[in-house]
Amino acid sequence: MDIVHALEKISDTVWELPVTYKEGMRVPARIFATERLIRDMDETVYEQISNVATLPGVTKYAMCMPDGHSGYGFPIGGVAAMDVKTGVISPGGIGFDINCGMRLVTTNLTWDEVKPHVNRLVDRLAQRVPAGVGSTGFVRLNRDEFRTMLEEGARWCVRKGYGWEEDLELTEESGCIMGADASAVSEQAISRGINQIGTLGSGNHYLEIQVASPENVFDKKVAGSFGITIPNQVVVMFHCGSRGFGHQVASDSLQVFLKVMESKYGIKILDRELASAPFDSPEGKKYFAAMKCALNMSFANRQVILYRIREVFSEVFGRSAEDMAMHMVYDVAHNTAKLERHLVDGKERELLVHRKGATRAFGPGLPGLPARYRDIGQPVIIGGSMETGSYLLVGVPEGAQSFYSTAHGSGRTMSRTRARKLWRGQALQSDMESRGIYVRTASWSGLAEEAGRAYKSIDDVVAATELAGLSRRVVRFIPVGNVKG
Amino acid sequence: MSYRFIEEEATADIAFEARGKDLQEVFRSAGDAVMNVMIDNLDAIEPRESRFLELDSEALDLLLLDLLQSLIYYKDAEQLLLRITQVEIGKFNESWRLRAMGRGEHLDHERHHQLVDVKAVTLHNFSLEQADDGWRAHVILDV
Repeated sequence: MDIVHALEKISDTVWELPVTYKEGMRVPARIFATERLIRDMDETVYEQISNVATLPGVTKYAMCMPDGHSGYGFPIGGVAAMDVKTGVISPGGIGFDINCGMRLVTTNLTWDEVKPHVNRLVDRLAQRVPAGVGSTGFVRLNRDEFRTMLEEGARWCVRKGYGWEEDLELTEESGCIMGADASAVSEQAISRGINQIGTLGSGNHYLEIQVASPENVFDKKVAGSFGITIPNQVVVMFHCGSRGFGHQVASDSLQVFLKVMESKYGIKILDRELASAPFDSPEGKKYFAAMKCALNMSFANRQVILYRIREVFSEVFGRSAEDMAMHMVYDVAHNTAKLERHLVDGKERELLVHRKGATRAFGPGLPGLPARYRDIGQPVIIGGSMETGSYLLVGVPEGAQSFYSTAHGSGRTMSRTRARKLWRGQALQSDMESRGIYVRTASWSGLAEEAGRAYKSIDDVVAATELAGLSRRVVRFIPVGNVKG
Repeated sequence: MSYRFIEEEATADIAFEARGKDLQEVFRSAGDAVMNVMIDNLDAIEPRESRFLELDSEALDLLLLDLLQSLIYYKDAEQLLLRITQVEIGKFNESWRLRAMGRGEHLDHERHHQLVDVKAVTLHNFSLEQADDGWRAHVILDV
């Protein structure tokens, strides 16, 4: 069956699978995308998002963002807001890499100034920010100190000298989500993560040096408010998460939820990866408290990486990071479940918003935004493939339709296994270098898997978010140097 | 003992099918498949260290999940790459029990050719089934 025919077209950018599509759906599933993107989506997305629509407490719609692609449990790009009294919390709706996210940092350097040093910069960053299988960082903690870090997040890092006070204000949840309880996490999770602060990981994780050329600034005023003020300004963007710690927190909870879900709570699901527990249950609360530790681990991880980036720039340019105005624009989380207040049919309700491979995109005026962005809206950092480019967007008032959520990246269209067969890492590296992108990688095969042609067009995806009223374009960045995890 | 990676499935992750003539073999195959997602040259992993694994589970397929998760655990917690050499699987009372010996060595960036890190074993389309010619496991890894 041509899946597009099963979809009801609500508008040019909103497509709906009605509750009659599958037995057990409690609400319709909505996909935000242009027709072109819809036709590129694999059918698993529709199966997965309609499975999400069967979860207890799902409110209004199970939603998928324009970069949606096949995941496990939820599709990547899946968003579902659960009623806090009747709804569930599902680790498969958050992902194993809890708070995998993006951080964007400015400089006051132009591409002309950086160009002669870009190879050295990338080489030094690759040395100072470890990446790849089982990589470990330089921060050495005992288990008690690690537990303290889990409860304090990036705040712990700044207290220890790994960052500036202003970094916290410019991080979602001020870099420290309240309610993280280290006694809710397993010893195994601590063992997996204790040596991994300040590491990139692998897969689609990366650290990139990028340029904002004048023709790629869509909204000069907002760009200025976000710190993008100079023609051909150089910025640093990176993507990574909570490392083995977060992966273990999610794995632990899946096992617990599988045991109690049906026998204790009578919850039936269509995919075991959607294992859930009532949010208002001892198991649900324990996972929520442990998941918050992983949120904090990830904020801390990105904070320590930022510390290293500032150090490397200082070393290469012989100037202080302050002098080079290496301020954060923002830090956004992708894989989370958060308690938020939203209007549902005219009534304000507290909801547990699951975002898996989706970005929160608060419009102007919403609580939780840093004071300096309150009248503008939240910066949204969207990483494209390493060959094409990335974006800085801003949250918009119309975002209320998706509980203020938007896309998180390009979205893959090709499996890693296939990409690995089609391309060779070494050849791709020299090809990219000839096009002005200097890349260093921990794995040749891993580099091939991330080839630009394995992804949807980032330009199409962000244009779709703008057309659909989820977020608005501010700046497009071009990659010039990349450390690939 | 064999496994194959599946091209057409799991766009963002890695899917594989492992086979074995008996349970022991399919568990070992699946273990090697997980390690082979991370390390290209499994033969370069020398048996210098060993870890004894003892796992219990109510369901046989979840016992396999636990074993694969253990390999991922040692990779992060000790930077130890393990291959399963001996394995016993049996049912005791109402629960399945596995006793296995993992042998391998610490990750060496020079000798072990890295591919992509494995974050977790997902339960999406996870299966362990008996077929005419033995056992088959279908697994999707989050990478």
